[in-house]
Amino acid sequence: MEIILAIGIGVFAGSGVWLLLRPRTYQVIIGLSLVSYAVNLFIFSMGRIKVGAPPILPGPGVGDPATMADPTPQALVLTAIVIGFAMTALFLVLLLAARGLTGTDHVNGRED
Amino acid sequence: MIHSLADHLVIAPILLPLAVGAAMLLFDERRRRLKMTLSLATATALLVIAVTLLIRAATIDTDGDATITVYPLGNWPAPFGIVLVADRLSALMLVLTAVLGLCCLLYALARWHKAGPRFHTLFLLLLAGLNGAFLTGDLFNLFVFFEVLLAASYGLVLHGSGTARVKAGLHYIPVNLVASSLFLIGVAIIYGVTGTLNMADLARLVPSLNIDERALFETGAAILGVAFLIKAGMWPLCFWLPTTYAAACAPIAAMFAIMTKVGVYVILRLFLLCFGGEAGNSAGFGADWLYFGGMATIAFGGIGVLASQSMLRLAGYSVLVSSGTILAAIGTTNSAVISGALFYLITSTLSISAFFLLIELIERGRDAGADVLAVTMEAYGDGESDEEEDDEDGEVGVAIPATIALLGGAFVACTALLAGLPPLSGFVGKVAMLSALINEAGSISVSHWLLITLLMLTGFATLIAMTRTGIRTLWMPGEGAIPRVRAVEAAPVGALLAVCVLLTVFGGPAMRYMDATAQMLYWPQEYARDILGIAPAGTVPLRPTIGTGGKP
Repeated sequence: MEIILAIGIGVFAGSGVWLLLRPRTYQVIIGLSLVSYAVNLFIFSMGRIKVGAPPILPGPGVGDPATMADPTPQALVLTAIVIGFAMTALFLVLLLAARGLTGTDHVNGRED
Repeated sequence: MIHSLADHLVIAPILLPLAVGAAMLLFDERRRRLKMTLSLATATALLVIAVTLLIRAATIDTDGDATITVYPLGNWPAPFGIVLVADRLSALMLVLTAVLGLCCLLYALARWHKAGPRFHTLFLLLLAGLNGAFLTGDLFNLFVFFEVLLAASYGLVLHGSGTARVKAGLHYIPVNLVASSLFLIGVAIIYGVTGTLNMADLARLVPSLNIDERALFETGAAILGVAFLIKAGMWPLCFWLPTTYAAACAPIAAMFAIMTKVGVYVILRLFLLCFGGEAGNSAGFGADWLYFGGMATIAFGGIGVLASQSMLRLAGYSVLVSSGTILAAIGTTNSAVISGALFYLITSTLSISAFFLLIELIERGRDAGADVLAVTMEAYGDGESDEEEDDEDGEVGVAIPATIALLGGAFVACTALLAGLPPLSGFVGKVAMLSALINEAGSISVSHWLLITLLMLTGFATLIAMTRTGIRTLWMPGEGAIPRVRAVEAAPVGALLAVCVLLTVFGGPAMRYMDATAQMLYWPQEYARDILGIAPAGTVPLRPTIGTGGKP
C-alpha cells in the first residue's frame, strides 16, 4: 500500500510541477491543484498509514495508541484542503481578470 | 493559567482586526466615513496594544529573566494545545507592524482606499495575519496565519486594478502558492519525524534526534526554509519581488515592506530555535546557506539598485538589500551581529516604507506635469480639480507651499537611512553589525571580510543611485507641476521618519533591547522552558521513535 501511495504522490507532484512550468495560466492553475493534492496526501501519510484504525478513542479511559490512527495529520490536512481550495478559486478569478485585461492567457500577459 | 483580563491582551492583536475586518464586510461600500473611522480606530488600538505588550516583554520577571507571555488558546498544556507566545522578538515585530499599519492606512485614507472595493477589510485582515504570524508558537498555525496574510495581500496587490497590477499578480500569486506547498511539505516531514508542531517542543527535541531522524528532520527544515526564503526574497528566489512591489499602489507597497520581514522573522526564530547554540549535532545547520545566500542577495540588490530606472524599482531592490543583509547576519550565528541586524531590520523596514510613500508624492508632480506650465503660489489653490478628482468627502487638497522642500528633506532622510549614513538610525544598525563582525574573537575570516565589503559597497551603491534619482526628480526646475501634497499624506511619511529619528536618539536603550532579544533567541532553553513549563535541560521525557506507530 505504501508503494502505491508513494507513486501516487510522486505522479501528482511530478505532473503538477511540469504543468506549473507551462506558459498558459490554465495549465498553471491545474498544476497548482495537482501539487496541492500531492501535498495533502503527503501530510496524510505522515501520520503513518494504518488500515481500519479510527483516529478516536474507542471508549472511556486511555486507549491503546497502537490501534488508533494519528488524528493530528488528519486535522491538518482538512485545513490544508480548505485553504488550498480557496487559493485556487482566488487564482481562478485573477486568471479571468488577466485574460480580460491583456487579451491573452500567457502568464506574462503577452505572447512571446 | 489565565488569571486576569490583561492576560488576554496577547490574542487581541489577532482578534481585533479580524473581527472589525469581518464586520466591515456588512456595511455598504458607500459608507466610507464609517469604514475610515473604524479601521483608523482599530489600527490605533493595535498600536497601543503592541506597545503595552512590548513594555511587558521588556520588563524583567520575578525569576530574573525576561517575561515571556504564553497564551494557551484552549487552555491545554503546551505541546498538546496550541499557544500564542509574546516574547521580546514577537512584541518588537508587533509594534513594527502596528506603526507601519497605522501610517500606511492614514496615507491610504487620502485617496487610495477609494480605488477599489473592500480595501479596509483586506487591510485589517493583512494586519491580523501579520500579527498572528508573529505571535504563534506553533508551526501549523504559522501556516494558517501566513495564508491569511497572503490571501489579503493577493487582494491588496490587485487593489486599484489595471494591467500592470494583474500581470504582477499573475507572478506573485503562483510563486507564493508554490511556496505554501513547500511550507506544508516541510511541516509534514517535521511532524513525521518529531511528532510535534510546537516550536518550543521542537527546540527541546532536536538535540536528542538520532542520525537517521536528524537527516530527515534537516531535510524538512531545509524545505521549510526554502518556503520562507521565497517570501524573504533571497537570491535566486526573489525575481518576483521588485516587479510586484513596483506595481502595487503606494500604501500597499509600503505595507509590503514588512512582508519580506515575516519570512526573515520566521527564519530567525526557527533557525535559532532548532539549529542554534544548543542544538547538539544539528547546531549551525544551513548557516552557510543563509550566509552566502544573504550575501548573494545583497550583491544582486545592490546591482539592481544601481541599474533601476524608476524609483519604485529602486525601492524594490532596496527591500532585497535589506533582507539579504539580515539573512547574512543570521548566517553568522553570532548573537552580537544578530542584535545589530534586529536594529537594522526595524530601521530599514521603516525607511523603505517611508520611501515607497514618498515616491508616489514625488512622482505625482511629474505625471501631472503636462497640464500646468507655470506654477505660481496662487495656482496652488486654483487647480484643485486637476488631479484631486472625486473628492466627495469634502476634504480639500491642501497644497503646502514648501512642498518641494519637505519632499526633498524627506528624500534626503530616506537616502541617509537606506545607505546607512551617519546622522540617522540606518547608520547605527550598520555600525552595530560591522563592529560585531570586526570585534569577533580571533582574526576575522575571509568570508566576514567579504560581508563587510559588500555592506560598504551596497551602501555606496544606494547612495549613488539615490543621489542620481534625487537630482533627476527634485532638481529639475520647470518640468511639471509642484506635487500637490495633503497634510494627511505627508504626515505618515514624517511619522515613519520620525520613528527612525527616535531610534537614533534613543539608540542606547533600543540596542540594549535588541541585545537582550538576540541573547534570548540564541539560547532558547528559557523560551522552551517558559512555554512547556518543564524542568530545565537533561530531563527529556519518552518520545516516539521513527518506525514505531503511536505518537503522543
